Amino acid sequence: MAIKIFKDFFKRVFSNIFKSKRDIKLGFYGPPNAGKTSLANRICLDFTGEEIGSVSKIPHETRKVQFKEKVEISYKGKKMIFKIIDTPGIATKIDYEDFLHYKLKKNDAKKRAKEATQGVIESIKWLDDMDVVVIVLDSIENPYNQVNITIIGNLAARKIPVLIVANKIDLKKSDIKRIGAAFPEYETVGISAKGGENMEEFYESIFKLIKKI
Amino acid sequence: MINKKEGKKRNLGKIRGVSIHFFPYSEIKNIDSTERIKRILGIIFGNNILILQGRLRPEEETRLIGDTMAMIGHVKNFKGIELAVISGDESRGFFTKIKKSFVDIIAGGDLGALTIIGPATFVKEIKRNPQKIELLLNE
Repeated sequence: MAIKIFKDFFKRVFSNIFKSKRDIKLGFYGPPNAGKTSLANRICLDFTGEEIGSVSKIPHETRKVQFKEKVEISYKGKKMIFKIIDTPGIATKIDYEDFLHYKLKKNDAKKRAKEATQGVIESIKWLDDMDVVVIVLDSIENPYNQVNITIIGNLAARKIPVLIVANKIDLKKSDIKRIGAAFPEYETVGISAKGGENMEEFYESIFKLIKKI
Repeated sequence: MINKKEGKKRNLGKIRGVSIHFFPYSEIKNIDSTERIKRILGIIFGNNILILQGRLRPEEETRLIGDTMAMIGHVKNFKGIELAVISGDESRGFFTKIKKSFVDIIAGGDLGALTIIGPATFVKEIKRNPQKIELLLNE
């Protein structure tokens, strides 16, 4: 116990010394089709002019962790350099037959399912490497999903600061309050990554979150 | 609850019934994470639903998801799991939570929680709201 406290103390001291010299690793986590890549694309487009990855209505479009280095986010005179890390959606089940409903051929659906399972494993492995994490949730879906609770529980155990984003607020059935009520210990920001709605509040929250590292 | 005949493990064929296994926390209290996950997956591969007293540690929950993903495509008809944890501490105040964590340390785990895990082959969805839990099965 005493050794652990000692190690944590030194880790914190050294990470604070070097914090200002390296990019902050900002991870995007959440279930499939919540809009993680759409949000990462929005940020990257705003500050670098380039997107990070493709988006699709078919779940598990992102099946490999994708990065964008040296993304300088500026907000109200503050500047910070980030490494944006967009992760594949985490799920507890993947059935290739679900992809057939999106008119994928059987072989393509099977390939997509196989890659998606590997993507989930890769996402989980990356949890340890994040400095701050944005959990992207679809605000029309029920937030009391075990995947969401498990991801947030893991980040809390690792003492990684978390911001919850309720995405798709442009949709009629969007319910930000329900997401806020499900995770009252965390700040929740409602946005539309697709339409760029409320991004100012999102950037403000990101800068607030950095202070918790 | 309908009991089904013991089938070959690691081959999820046609489902004829559902068996629900209950694990008191004492069953997993003194075993390591690897063994815990192995036991849980053993039950799931036998086409059973598991109700576990208490809950896994956060890193064990992610490991269970990771191991589950690794099994898809390697175990016939296995599509993953449905998982839900019901814990009574969500609406409690700060001091109650502190008191509860001391009790959990003494007991060796969160005994007030229940973990429900089932194979996605026949557990379609576990709907979880703060007040209720619904287990929806595939037809």
